[in-house]
Parts: sequence; structure tokens; C-alpha cells
Amino acid sequence: MRRFTWFNATSLTFGFAFLYLPILLLIIYSFNESKLVTVWGGFSTKWYGELMRNEAMLDAAWVTLRVAFFSASLAAVLGTMAALVLVRAGRFKGRTLFSGMVYAPLVMPEVITGLSLLLLFISLNLDRGMLTVTLAHTTFSMCYVAVVVSSRLVTFDRSLEEAALDLGASPLDAFFSVTLPIIAPAVVAGWLLAFTLSLDDLVIASFNTGPGATTLPIKIYSAVRLGVSPEINALSTILIAVVSLGVIVASLADKRLAKSRGNQAQ
Amino acid sequence: MSGKWRMLTLIGAPYLWLLLFFLAPFVIVLKIALSDTAISIPPYTPQFDLSGGWPAISDFFSNLDFENFKWLIDDSLYINSYISSLTIAFFSTLLALLVGFPFAYAMARAPDNWRPLLLMLVILPFWTSFLIRVYSWIGILKTEGLLNQLLMWLGIIDQPLIIMNTNTAVYIGIVYSYLPFMILPIYSTLEKMDESLLEAAIDLGCNRISAFWLVTVPLALPGIIAGCFLVFIPAVGEFVIPDLLGGTQTLMIGKTLWKEFFSNRDWPVASAVAIVLLLLLVVPILIFQRLLERQQEAEAR
Repeated sequence: MRRFTWFNATSLTFGFAFLYLPILLLIIYSFNESKLVTVWGGFSTKWYGELMRNEAMLDAAWVTLRVAFFSASLAAVLGTMAALVLVRAGRFKGRTLFSGMVYAPLVMPEVITGLSLLLLFISLNLDRGMLTVTLAHTTFSMCYVAVVVSSRLVTFDRSLEEAALDLGASPLDAFFSVTLPIIAPAVVAGWLLAFTLSLDDLVIASFNTGPGATTLPIKIYSAVRLGVSPEINALSTILIAVVSLGVIVASLADKRLAKSRGNQAQ
Repeated sequence: MSGKWRMLTLIGAPYLWLLLFFLAPFVIVLKIALSDTAISIPPYTPQFDLSGGWPAISDFFSNLDFENFKWLIDDSLYINSYISSLTIAFFSTLLALLVGFPFAYAMARAPDNWRPLLLMLVILPFWTSFLIRVYSWIGILKTEGLLNQLLMWLGIIDQPLIIMNTNTAVYIGIVYSYLPFMILPIYSTLEKMDESLLEAAIDLGCNRISAFWLVTVPLALPGIIAGCFLVFIPAVGEFVIPDLLGGTQTLMIGKTLWKEFFSNRDWPVASAVAIVLLLLLVVPILIFQRLLERQQEAEAR
């Protein structure tokens, strides 16, 4: 018997208020006419217009999207491979080191990752720019993909793959026509996660960026250091809207997929 | 392609990637931490040069020393930064647990058809930009900000509270940003809990409160521990929150490292700071990793 008491209802209400009020206020004040961010001066969308005319901001957005796209795609491939190794490869020499290298970046402070990658790129004589930021983002986001995909893989029924092998499929065929379609929602979720992580990252990008590769978070950070501005509120609102929409669509698609699978199975 | 080669490729690609981009960089950080600061590009000496043959290599190693680490001990700024980072991270973790546990508990108790929505509402802020979420607190906490306006309008205070640019703001920022990391693992252990255990405890004479402490809390312990590590470890090295919400007197090691690197351009000292931070965190990280592995093995069974 589950009991949902007034105490539970209160903690949910306060919890969600704590999680969402700051974001909500930020969105509301992005439509503020006044330049003074915390004084309400009437409804206006002028800060969005201002944003659209800000060339430097738009350039940064374009750099960020490209970096996020390439690093997420590379991370999805490498992360899925890493997940397969973790779940399927059994014991092999160096397994402990491998799983350590997959899990450690999840909690590694960003300043350490950022600094150490920068020093690597310098000793490899790689010029800092979009390429180095992309490589850096791929490295930490592939670990998130690996965790997401491996949690799907452990619940995966291996007999399906074995059936395909018995029916004469090559292991690669079996992977692409049986395993991959089943774990696809997890790979897509991992890709999305990697994409947003890259979109988000300030610290690692700051260490590894170079001239001409200023990303949006770096731009936002330098603006925020000077104080709150309605233009940054507007930009934040757009980013929040895009990401929320993406997450909601992805989770609905996943649900629909699961439902149609369920219907087929019946 | 034979089976063995296929396996080797599968293991090899992510393995080599992580060796090159995750492990090798730490060796370089260690090397530079042992080097000296220099006015050059890159700003440290000695440079590793294989073309000079064996004398150059042995010369390179004889030029490495622990001077930067001595510097870290001698200057109280660094020790204070480490201690204050650990303290702030510890108390933020505790606060996050106090806020997160009742929340996760209520989520696990919510009606079945609510739970997917509740879960998504907890995950959603985690997907929105960290930087933006921290930024959103500036407008609330600053002296002429929304919180002070509200409290003064309600007549609770007549002088604005100074929260912005203090450690209090840093605590609020860390708890706010990392709360989903605390809620999710606790929720997933509580959700799997068998309710009949609680009924059994009550049948055997426990009251609700002692049943909670004797049954629910021990069963949720793996989630609690995982949540605490997920908050504590990144919070120790946090940079954005102390930089944007904290003040000049807020010392955190992530901020110190950043200053050393970007403002002072002292790469060897920044590297030494990173190495010590890593040594402080290596034990928690190893425990965390064991926990994840054990959890995965349990799921696979």
C-alpha cells in the first residue's frame, strides 16, 4: 500500500518550486521592457530583436552548434562501442583500467579535464580552435553515452542476437539488424545528452578554444561577469525552449516506440 | 574479419581514445607540475626534446623538481582553498541530501501514473544549461534582486539581505545545480523497494518512524551514497558557481586554478594545483566507480 500524504505533497511542491522558479523568473524577465533587469517595465520582445542583430552572438551560436553536432555524433559511436565492451566483452586484460576511464570523467572536475586536455593538445602541437574543442567534448560526452547505452544493453535479451547468428547472419549483420535497432532509443538519448552537454560546457571549452572558435557559453560567461542583462535572459530563454522541446519530443518518441513494440509483441 | 580481430577493434577504438585523451593528459599535467615557470610559449621549462638524444633526456629529467608543490604548501592561499572547497562541498552535499531525500521519497510514493512525468520534471533542469541555471540566481539573490524585493514587500525584513557574493549564495547555487544528481539515485532505490517489508516491520511492532529508519533508510543507502558522491566530487572542483555567485572572499580550488592559469599564466603551478586536487579526489572517485560497477553487475543478474 503506497501512502501519499500531505507531507509528500508539500515536499514535491516545494522541491519543484525550488527547481523551476529561478528558470521561470528568468524567462518572464526576458520579456521585460526595462533595461533594469529586476524592475518590471512592461511587456516587450525587443531584447529578442536585439539578439538577432548581434552578429558576434550569432557567430558563437553557429560555432557551438557545429561543435555539438560533431562531438555528439563521434561520442555516440565511441560511447556505444565502449558500452558494448563493458557489457559484452567479459574479462580481458586492462578491463579495470578501461571501466575506470569510462566512469571517472563523469565526476572529474571540469577544470582538471580542461587543463589536462589543453596541455595534451599543446604537446601534440595542435592549434587550439574548433577541432580541439570538439575532441575535448567527444572525450567526456562519450562516457555519458556509454553509461546510457550500457544500462539498456544489460536488459537486452541476447537470445535474439543468437537466433540471428544461428540463422546464418554474420556477427556484424546481427549487430546492425538486431542489436542496434533495439538499443537505438538509448543511442539517440545518449546522442542528445552529448549534444546538450557540449552546448552547455563553459570550462572545458574555455581551456581548449582558440581564436575564431568562441562558443556561446564563453560568450554568455563574459557577458554575465558584467552583470545581469535582458539580452542574456532572452538568449537563455531561447536555449531553454529549444532543449526542453528536444527532450520532450525525444521522450514522447521513445514512449510511442515502446508502445508500438508492445503492440507487435502481443 | 575473424572474431578475434573484431573484438580487438571493438575494444581498441574506445580504449585508445580514452588512453590518448583521458589518461595521457594526466601524465603531461604531472610533467608540467614538475617544471619551472618561464616567459615563453608555452610558458614552462624544460621542454621535452627527443632529438637531443640521451643527454638531452637525462637533462630533462634532472630539471624536474617538486618546487611548485613546496610553493603550494608555503602559500596559505592554496591550503585554504583546498580546505574551504572540501568544507563547502561537504555541507552542500549534506544540504542536498536533506532537500533531495524527502523529494525522492515523495516521488516514489506518488501514484503510478504520475511518476514518469515527475521523473521527467526532475531530469529536465539537468538538460538545461548549467551556466544559465547559475546565472538565473543572480537576479534573485542580489541586493536589489527579487528575493529582497519580495521579503521587503511582505514586511519580513526592512533592510535588504546581503546574500549575493557570499558563501551562502555558493551553497544555494551548488544545492540547486546538483539536486537532480541527489534525487535520481535515491528515487531509483526507493522505487524498487518492496512495500510489504514496511508492513512486516509494522506488524512486528515498529511504529512508522522506526520502520522508516530501520527499513527504508538502509534499503535506500546505495542510492544515498551514490547521490552524495555525484554531488560531492564535482562540487569540490566547481568553478562557475563560486565565480558567479561567490565573492572575493569565497575560496574554492577550481577558481584558484582558473586564476593561476588564465590571469597569472602560471601553468606549472596550475598543474600542481590540479595534481593535488586529483589526489584528494582519487579515493572518492574509486569508491564511486566500484559502486557503479557493482550496481551494473546486480542489474545484469
